[in-house]
Amino acid sequence: MRSLSRLTTVGVLGAAALALLTGCLGSSDSGDSGGQDANRNADAKKVELTIGSNSVKGGKSSAGATFLEDVLIPKFVADQKGKGVDVTVKFQGDGSDDEVYKQKLSLDLSNKSGPDLFQIDGIWVGEFAQAGYIKPLTDTVGDAAKVNDWDGWKQIPESVQALGSYNGQRYGVPGGTDGRVLYFNKKLFQQAGLPADWQPKSWDDIISAGQALKKLPGVTPIQINAGTAMGEATTMQGILPLLVGTGATINSDGKWLGNTPQLRQVLDFYHQIYSTGLGDPVLQKEAKGRDKSFAEFAANKIGVLGESDYFWRSVVEPKEGVAKMADRDSAVGWALIPAMKPGAGVKGQDFVSMSGGGATVINPNTKFPQQAWELMQFMNSADMVKESLDGAAKITQRSDVNSEVLSGDPMLSFIADKVLPITQFRPGLAEYPKVSAALQQATADVVAGKSTDAAATAYEKAVETAAGSKDKVTTN
Amino acid sequence: MASPSAPVEGVAPARGRGPARDVAGLGVGRAFGFVAPAFLLIGAFLIFPALWTIYIGITNYRLTGVEAVSPSVVGLSNYTKALNDALFHNALWLTLVFVLGSAIIGQNILGFTLAWIMRRTRPAVRRTVEAFVLLAWILPSTVVAYLWVAFYDRDGGTLNSLLGTQGTAWLIDYPMACLVVFNTWRGTAFSMMLYSSALQAVPPSQLESARMFGASGWQTLRDVVFPHIRGHVLTNTLLISLWTANDFSPFLLTKGGPNHESETVPVYIYNVALQGGELGYSSAISFLLLIANLLVSLVYLRLLRRRS
Repeated sequence: MRSLSRLTTVGVLGAAALALLTGCLGSSDSGDSGGQDANRNADAKKVELTIGSNSVKGGKSSAGATFLEDVLIPKFVADQKGKGVDVTVKFQGDGSDDEVYKQKLSLDLSNKSGPDLFQIDGIWVGEFAQAGYIKPLTDTVGDAAKVNDWDGWKQIPESVQALGSYNGQRYGVPGGTDGRVLYFNKKLFQQAGLPADWQPKSWDDIISAGQALKKLPGVTPIQINAGTAMGEATTMQGILPLLVGTGATINSDGKWLGNTPQLRQVLDFYHQIYSTGLGDPVLQKEAKGRDKSFAEFAANKIGVLGESDYFWRSVVEPKEGVAKMADRDSAVGWALIPAMKPGAGVKGQDFVSMSGGGATVINPNTKFPQQAWELMQFMNSADMVKESLDGAAKITQRSDVNSEVLSGDPMLSFIADKVLPITQFRPGLAEYPKVSAALQQATADVVAGKSTDAAATAYEKAVETAAGSKDKVTTN
Repeated sequence: MASPSAPVEGVAPARGRGPARDVAGLGVGRAFGFVAPAFLLIGAFLIFPALWTIYIGITNYRLTGVEAVSPSVVGLSNYTKALNDALFHNALWLTLVFVLGSAIIGQNILGFTLAWIMRRTRPAVRRTVEAFVLLAWILPSTVVAYLWVAFYDRDGGTLNSLLGTQGTAWLIDYPMACLVVFNTWRGTAFSMMLYSSALQAVPPSQLESARMFGASGWQTLRDVVFPHIRGHVLTNTLLISLWTANDFSPFLLTKGGPNHESETVPVYIYNVALQGGELGYSSAISFLLLIANLLVSLVYLRLLRRRS
């Protein structure tokens, strides 16, 4: 009897606690949208700001971290000192996989902490905005004119501004864009009897080059990212460029791509590469597969590799790259990604590409919103953007800077002149990351030996769940 | 919960009065004052999170997106989803394999064998072996995981160099087998120590008699040693299977991959919660894991009680 009554007490207490909890979850966020004073601490003489970025000196995106820590921060501090404000800016670098960085940021932001300014991938803007983790710049800064009158906006093309926008509102300032191409190792191409100015015109051309490379001992002919371990790199470097090469896009007329012939063509191409020894299926499953593929390319063990200009700037870059190639300029060639057949690409194109990019956003819970916006403008001024390049070239967000710097680098002017005009951007929709995960799983299934049809069927089911209903998915 | 009070109640009627409720003479108020700090700690760090998990488990709370701001209660649909989720079934099965292979068989047998052999060896040898086995147990998981990744690595891994099997990706081709070996190595120390002390409880005279009657080694173990340490075997098996079932270090080696082939339940929960952002669903699975743990404990407790 006694134990029974004790049980009842525990039960009642538990129920009471549950009742107390109910309604606490998440609701704390909805109450204060716009409730905070945007001018809080606007006149503070002692200011502390933190910049968060997924880069770290000597590791991931080392050049970016070096710029933020050694150039931007000291210059901003000096600039503010001139205005009589004592600013301390801390750099919170990270060197992890993008997914891990995103998890960490989300957890920080959901607890109203995290850095005052931080860089995120353009495709996260939608879900972060929906979660209230970031707010439109005009809300955070409080004064619409102050944000919209910034002269930098005029220099940033609309398509690039979209990387930091959601539902037509600006959430952050984009940090430039990129384009995807096929990189190839000219030394291996020479050994295999392939031309140094290789430019495939169809998927079959890629395959036949792969077959020629396969004859070289110890060489993996083709690396097209696949599987879930590489995360978004699989979608962006592999599936989506192939998909636009079939004439389809991942989201059209408000519907997500389902189990269509185009999707199956893409999966068939994966199957062809990974079942015939043209690609290394094990690499796609390894936890550090992408890093390993970089190292193998740099060690002349991979013939063709699909990547963005990031690969050229930060991976095989001779000085600061994560997989340095001392002879990059002579050994690494690049080619446009061909459509499946000439003219079969999206908009009837012969060649296709995908572009993305990040944006810097302000934490809505920063103690110093005005100063954060100052730093944001300072960071994206023509001078600083130019400084961030440190003599190297990169497709920046600012047209004025681009026209000055890109001519110095053949690869990047190729991206700017040849790739950006034919490129596609990912939809900035909140469901996108889930659809992307489903695509990655489909390639993982194919690489693991599942049939294309089975993988495509499973994919469609996952997309229906992600999109919320069958009506939002295209079929056949 | 009721079991500790049972013997007290059994004794009390003999004295013709109710059970002694206040042996220490503190009074109810002061007694509560004494245990209050403990209760507060348990409440804050054990009961509250557990209730919180149950609550999140009935919502569609997500890490990002609309449901992160305004989650709604979805009742039991997370649980029905789990019951129909092929990946969850996969995770359960892999956890079972993991517990059976690395804890119930691996750690138990290796731990006992070490304890049995070490019983008669010179103290110097015993101390050295124990130190090494213990080292595997006390090193931080991240350090250990790094060593084992290097051990299993496809390019220049130690195992490949030893066996001359260059290019074999052990963690990709045989992920579960790798994890079982890893966890056996990692956790054997506990079983070894527990059995070492348990074996001291076996009366040497009985072992002597067994030898005089010509019992074989196996007969001695089965008929003389085992009856003495049965309780220890059960306790040990209970503890190590619970630890193993809840162990997260497989994530450090394989992240659950390749393609979910080594995704035990704790890893699956992590992947669902943080990779997929589905905090509500992952909480529901966490709660199911909690229930499974309780059930396993109950079965073991039954077995233990039947012994006495």
